[in-house]
Amino acid sequence: MTESPKVSGSLRNRLAVTLIGGASLLAVLLFLVVRTYAAQIAQQGQDSILGASVTSILDAAVLRDDQVEIDFPYAAFSMLTTPAHDRVFYAIYRDAELLSGYADLPLPKGSDSGERRYQSAEFIGKPIRISTASRTLLGADVKTRITVSVAQTQDALSDRLNAISRNIASFGIGFFVLVVLLSFWATSSTIAPLNRLATSVTRRGPQDLSPVIKPVPTEMLPLVASLNRLMARLNQSLTQSEDFIAEAAHRVRTPLATVRSHAETTLQRVDKEQNRQALRAMIRAIDESSRAAGQLLDHAMITFRADQLEYQQLDLVELVQKLVLRLSPVAEMKDIDLRFLGDQPVLCQGDPILLQNAIRNLIDNALKYSPSESAIDIWVTSQPQPQVEIRDQGPGFPIDEISDLAQRFSRGNNAAGTIGSGLGLTIAQDVAIAHGGKLALSNHTGGGACVIFSL
Amino acid sequence: MRYILALIFALLPLMALAQQQETWEDRAMFHGSGSGSGPTLTILSSTDRSFFAPIITSFLAQRPDLSIEYLVSGTAEIDRIFRQDPSGFDLVISSAMDLQFKLTNDGHALAIEGVTTPDWAQWRQSLFGFTTEPAAIVVRRADFAGHSLPQTRQDLIKALRARPEVFRNRLGTYDIRQSGLGYLFATQDARASETYWRLMEVMGSLGTRLYCCSGDMITDLQKGELAVAYNVLGSYAAARTKDSEELAIILPADFPITMMRSGFVSAQTKQPKHARDFIRHLLKVQSAPVDPGIFPLPPLIPALDPRPQSAIGLGPALMTYLDPLKRRTFLQEWTSAVIQ
Ligand SMILES: Nc1ncnc2c1ncn2[C@@H]1O[C@H](COP(=O)(O)OP(=O)(O)OP(=O)(O)O)[C@@H](O)[C@H]1O
Ligand SMILES: [Mg+2]
Repeated sequence: MTESPKVSGSLRNRLAVTLIGGASLLAVLLFLVVRTYAAQIAQQGQDSILGASVTSILDAAVLRDDQVEIDFPYAAFSMLTTPAHDRVFYAIYRDAELLSGYADLPLPKGSDSGERRYQSAEFIGKPIRISTASRTLLGADVKTRITVSVAQTQDALSDRLNAISRNIASFGIGFFVLVVLLSFWATSSTIAPLNRLATSVTRRGPQDLSPVIKPVPTEMLPLVASLNRLMARLNQSLTQSEDFIAEAAHRVRTPLATVRSHAETTLQRVDKEQNRQALRAMIRAIDESSRAAGQLLDHAMITFRADQLEYQQLDLVELVQKLVLRLSPVAEMKDIDLRFLGDQPVLCQGDPILLQNAIRNLIDNALKYSPSESAIDIWVTSQPQPQVEIRDQGPGFPIDEISDLAQRFSRGNNAAGTIGSGLGLTIAQDVAIAHGGKLALSNHTGGGACVIFSL
Repeated sequence: MRYILALIFALLPLMALAQQQETWEDRAMFHGSGSGSGPTLTILSSTDRSFFAPIITSFLAQRPDLSIEYLVSGTAEIDRIFRQDPSGFDLVISSAMDLQFKLTNDGHALAIEGVTTPDWAQWRQSLFGFTTEPAAIVVRRADFAGHSLPQTRQDLIKALRARPEVFRNRLGTYDIRQSGLGYLFATQDARASETYWRLMEVMGSLGTRLYCCSGDMITDLQKGELAVAYNVLGSYAAARTKDSEELAIILPADFPITMMRSGFVSAQTKQPKHARDFIRHLLKVQSAPVDPGIFPLPPLIPALDPRPQSAIGLGPALMTYLDPLKRRTFLQEWTSAVIQ
C-alpha cells in the first residue's frame, strides 16, 4: 500500500567505516613511526659499540722507533659478539698504507676531521656498518696518522628490528581490533536512540497520533519535532474527515427521510391516478438517492478505515450469524429461507465493522436478486482460509458482465427493477482486499449466484 | 702477448701439479664398500689419521659409492693451503680455532641448517666445534720421583727453579711461530694470566726445545729426551700413554685452556650434500652416548667430567691475535722470553 522508502547508505556503516578506517590509518602510521624510531635506536646501539671498538684499537697505537705498534685489547673484538654471530671486519691504515686487516673494506669519503664517522656500505655482498676514526701519532721526528675502521654485518640488528616489528605489528593489530570493537559499540550506541524512536513509532496503534515525548538527543530534535507536528496535523485532519462523514450522512439522510414520509402521507391522501403515479416515482427516486447516499458514505468510510485497519481477534461464524439474524425479517417478507451452515468457530483477524458491512451487502444482494420462496445458503469455513460463501437460487450474475460488476457504480442488466447504487460489490471487494483476501463471483451450475468472500 | 698467454696455458697444469704436490704429513684414501666410482670428498685436516679413520669408516658405511681423501697438515699450513685454493677442498678440520674462525668470517664456510649443537659450539651455523680438548702439562713421572707433581703453572715454575739441572734443555713446548694451535694456546694463556710470561721466561732460561706438533713432544717425552712438555694436547697424550704409567698428564688447576676442534664445509665445495652430511655425522658420533670405537676424541660435553669447561669461545675476539701487528708484538715478546 505505502511505497517503501529508498535506501541510500547506512549511518551505522558510515560511522563504523570512518572509525575503523581512521583506526587502521593510525595503526599503520604508529607502526611506521615506531619502527623508524626503533631502527634509529638499534643503529645507534650498534654504532656506539663499533665506535668503542675503534677507539680501543686507536688508543693502543704507539710509535716505537718510527714503527707503529698496536697492541689492542682482546675486548676490541670480543665486544662485537652478537647473538646472530655477526661477521666482523676491520682495517688499520698508517697514512695511506694498510697495516693490517681487510684491504678492500670501504673507507669513508670526505675530509678526515678526526671525528668518529659511521657509514653503511656493502661488503662481500652483505650490508655492513662501518665506524672509522683516526689519530695523529707524533714520533721523535715523524708525524703519522693512524686510521682504524671496524665494520660489522647487520644480522643481529635486523633480527632485533624484525622482532621489534613483529611486536609493534601485534600491538597495532591489537589496537586495531580494540578500536573495531569500540567503534561497533560506539555506532550502535549512537544509533540506538534512532532505533528506539523507530520502534516506538512502529509499535503504536493506528489511532495513536500523540506526539513523541521521550527525551531524544539534540541532533534528533528537529526530526522528532517535525514528526510531532506532522502527526498533530494528520490527527487533526483525520478527526475532521471522520466527523465530516458522520455529519454528511446525517445531513443527507434526515431530510430525505422527512421528504419520503411527507410523500407517503401525501400518497394516502391523493386519489388522482396521475398524481399518485408521480408521487410513487418521487418516493422511488428518494429511495434511490437515500440508498446511494448510504452506500456512498459506507464506501467512503471503508476507504478511510481500510488505510488504518484495526485488527482484532473475532469469530467469523458469530459475526455472520448475527447478520443473518438481523436480516431474517427481510427474508421472511420475501419468503426466502436463509440457511446458515457453520458451527465450529472460525477465528480470524479483522475489522468487525468493515466485515459486517461487506457481508451484509452480499446477503443483501442475494435477497434482492433471487425470487421469493427460494433459499439462500451461507457457509462459513476456515479451510483453506477463513471464508464466507453465499449461494442463492436466483438467475445468477449476468454472465457477460460478471467481470465488471464489482466496479464502482456498475449494475447488471438484471438490476433494472431494483433499487441500488452499484456500490455493494465494490464495498465487499475493497474490504476483502484490505484484509488481504479477495472476492470471487461465479454462477452455480444448477443456477443461482455464488459469491465467495475470503480473507 | 700471445706468447705470454701460451706460456700461461703451458704453465697451468704445472701449477696445478705443484699444488697437488703439497708435502702432506699424511695422506689417505678411504673407499665405501661399493665400486668406488662415486664422488670423492676431500678433507683437509690437522687431526692425525688414527683419530679420524673410524669416524670416516662409519660415515662411509652407509655410502658405498663415496670415497674420502684425507689430507693431514699443520694448522697454519692448512690455513695457507686452503686460502690458496678454496675450491680444492670440501671440508676443513682444524684445532686452530682462530684460523678456522677467520676463514668462516671471511666467507669461506657454507652454512648448514638444522644442526642441533650448543650455541657456544657453533658460529653462524657454519663452523662447528666437535671436541673439547684441554692443553695439558705432560711430565715424566721418573723426573718427579720423590717430588710432588706440579698441579698449577705456579707449581711448575717452582719445580723448575728448584731443580734446574734436571730440566735444563729437557723442556718442550710448541713453536708458536710455526704451529697455529700452539699460537692459539699461547695467546689464550697469556691473556688469562701474567704467570704465563713468567713460566716462559723460566723455561727460556733453562733452554726449551720447540716443536711443531704434540705428537713429537710426546715421542721425545717417552724417549726421555724431555722431562716436561707444556701445552700439549691432552687427548693425544692420553691416547699414547694408554697402558703406561711413565707419563703424567696434568690439567693445570689454576686455569685450564680448552680448545674445540672445529670443522666447516667449504663454500665452494662441489659436494655440498655429502660434505654437510659429514659434519652432521661428526656431530652425531660425538654426542652422547659416545662409542669410543667410532669417536676416539674427547666429545664436546664430556660424560665423565661434567665440570664446566672454560673452552675458548667462538667469536670475533679470536681474530685479535691473528692481526699481523698484534702477532708481531706477541711473537717478539714470546721470542725474547723463550729463546733469549
Ligand atoms: N445475487 C445476485 N444475483 C444476480 N445478480 C446479482 C447478484 N448480486 C449482484 N448482482 C448483480 O450485480 C450488480 C452489482 O451489484 P451491487 O451490489 O454492486 O449493486 P446493486 O445491488 O445494484 O446496488 P447496491 O449498491 O444498492 O447494492 C447488481 O446490479 C446485479 O446486477
Ligand atoms: Mg447490492
